[in-house]
Amino acid sequence: MARYILKRFSLMIVTLLVIITATFFLMHSLPGTPLKNEEKLSPELRAQILEQYGLDKPAYVQYFKFVGHLVQGDLGKSLNYDGREVTDMLMQGFGPSLLIGSQALLFGVLIGLILGVLAALKRNTWLDSLATGASIMGVSIPSFVLAALLAYFVGVKLGWLPATGYDTYSATIMPSFALSFAVIAQISRYVRTEMVEVLEQDYMRTAKAKGINRFAILVRHALRNALIPAITVMGPLAVNIITGSLVVEGIFAIPGMGKMFVESILNNDYTVIMGTTIFYSVLIVVTLFIVDLLYGIIDPRIRITGAKE
Amino acid sequence: MSTEKTYTPDLFEPIGQLDKRAEQLNRKQVGVWKDAWLRFKQNKGALLGLFLVLVIGLLAIFGPLINDYDWSSQNVTIKNQDTAVDGHYFGTDHAGRDLWQRVWYGAKVSLMIAFLAVFLDVIIGVTIGGISGYFGGRVDAVIQRFIEIIYSIPNLIIIILLIMLMEPGIWAIAISIAMTGWVPMSRIVRAQVLKLRSQEYVLAARTLGASHKRILLKHLIPNVIGPIIIAVTFSIPSAIFFEAFLSFIGLGLRPPEASLGVLISEGNGFMQLSPHNLIWPATVLSILMFAFNMIGDGLRDALDPRMKK
Repeated sequence: MARYILKRFSLMIVTLLVIITATFFLMHSLPGTPLKNEEKLSPELRAQILEQYGLDKPAYVQYFKFVGHLVQGDLGKSLNYDGREVTDMLMQGFGPSLLIGSQALLFGVLIGLILGVLAALKRNTWLDSLATGASIMGVSIPSFVLAALLAYFVGVKLGWLPATGYDTYSATIMPSFALSFAVIAQISRYVRTEMVEVLEQDYMRTAKAKGINRFAILVRHALRNALIPAITVMGPLAVNIITGSLVVEGIFAIPGMGKMFVESILNNDYTVIMGTTIFYSVLIVVTLFIVDLLYGIIDPRIRITGAKE
Repeated sequence: MSTEKTYTPDLFEPIGQLDKRAEQLNRKQVGVWKDAWLRFKQNKGALLGLFLVLVIGLLAIFGPLINDYDWSSQNVTIKNQDTAVDGHYFGTDHAGRDLWQRVWYGAKVSLMIAFLAVFLDVIIGVTIGGISGYFGGRVDAVIQRFIEIIYSIPNLIIIILLIMLMEPGIWAIAISIAMTGWVPMSRIVRAQVLKLRSQEYVLAARTLGASHKRILLKHLIPNVIGPIIIAVTFSIPSAIFFEAFLSFIGLGLRPPEASLGVLISEGNGFMQLSPHNLIWPATVLSILMFAFNMIGDGLRDALDPRMKK
């Protein structure tokens, strides 16, 4: 197990280094400068501003400086919003995004689990069709389309929930729901397939023959085994929610990280783009790492062979 | 005590060939593709998917010929009409452009981007996966480490960074989508090739002095084609999604160009006034994603019957 953890951990560190380096040099080869109204600036003033932000130095000097600051948790200042610290901006945006994202994940996993289990138990009934239908819809309708439609029908037309903003708790309901749709789809599909397989195993028959009550069999024998593979989807699901949040936050005008990231891209705000990219990458890479470890802990076969297949 | 018997050849009588009719196949032999088609045909969902793709494909090509407008002409006197008058079947958008024309033109552009991206996917993925699986050893180890790193960087981040580097356009979108899409493709090809290369017929070919190229092209690739086709069908909706996503956050095609993503993004902006601007392209997008996913499911069951649960 120790070897397995070490291997995964070093891969994680290398990945992060690659991401940081690639992001940095890509940013530097981008066309256009981050300066506003560049054509109006006199050459002297322009040089002065570039110097102030350290943009006049060669790329590799800037790179080492950047990494040096990064290790100390300093991501530099926004180029677009005068002198705001990127770290502060990230912390501010992370709150709303975390709330909405985790609500979406929790709700999605719960509903997906229930749907998947019911579908597997009542195979080929209307419940099964409902679960299949939901998972097909979840895969076919992108979260931003759903979000836009929800904002219009529920927010504007019916006026049940606020269509934009982040002032009240009720404003987080629709964005969370829009993001959870894909989670419901994937989890229910996965759990159903696994459950169907597990229900046919010999140990299920043994448990039944021993006269254990149905609910105990379901939870202790079936669900537990069916959930092991379902844990692997957690990583991709987190990625899915982050992807979705980039647009969903824009649609509902949530002041989160996703909205901030998209705005920084459109404004060529290099430091914010780099900061957010790195933050997202760390978030995702660490999530994948934890999921892999969890998987190793739960499934002894991985601990022993040291790799999953 | 047993008496020792001696067997002499004259005790045996050759019976010659048995009646040949016993060995004869009574039914016409069915080829792999025919067999797959027979199984595919039984899957109602997959057939529906195929039908929908054909309908939308035909409309994307011939739809614009049906009414007398074109996709870019503006007519400010008839802005945001949501009813079908004067041959504006889907009404008009915020600049008075015919939405029917724009939706089908946009669908064509989206499909083109998706096909282009998946085409690049296949070329890169099959080449790298094939080389990795076939040569194995150190070549494989190096390629696999590289892939592991790319794989753990969130797709979206790679796509966004790449697209910022290039001039916005169809090619830029397709290339950035393909740069992440080839990874799963290469994994599938590698796994198949690894499995197949230890088969006897490959050994036979090698013994007979066939070159690496010949073995790869004639023996391995044709046998990997099934899983590739399945992966392609699932890559298309994902490419359509990413195109729409990029255009939605302003990194894809820009108005007045049209793709489903651009139209949804524009529609979202004018949703409160005239939701039909959003609803039509969103419906077409969702139907396309649904249809390709259904076809993919059907093909998976048809081409790889062992996978079927």
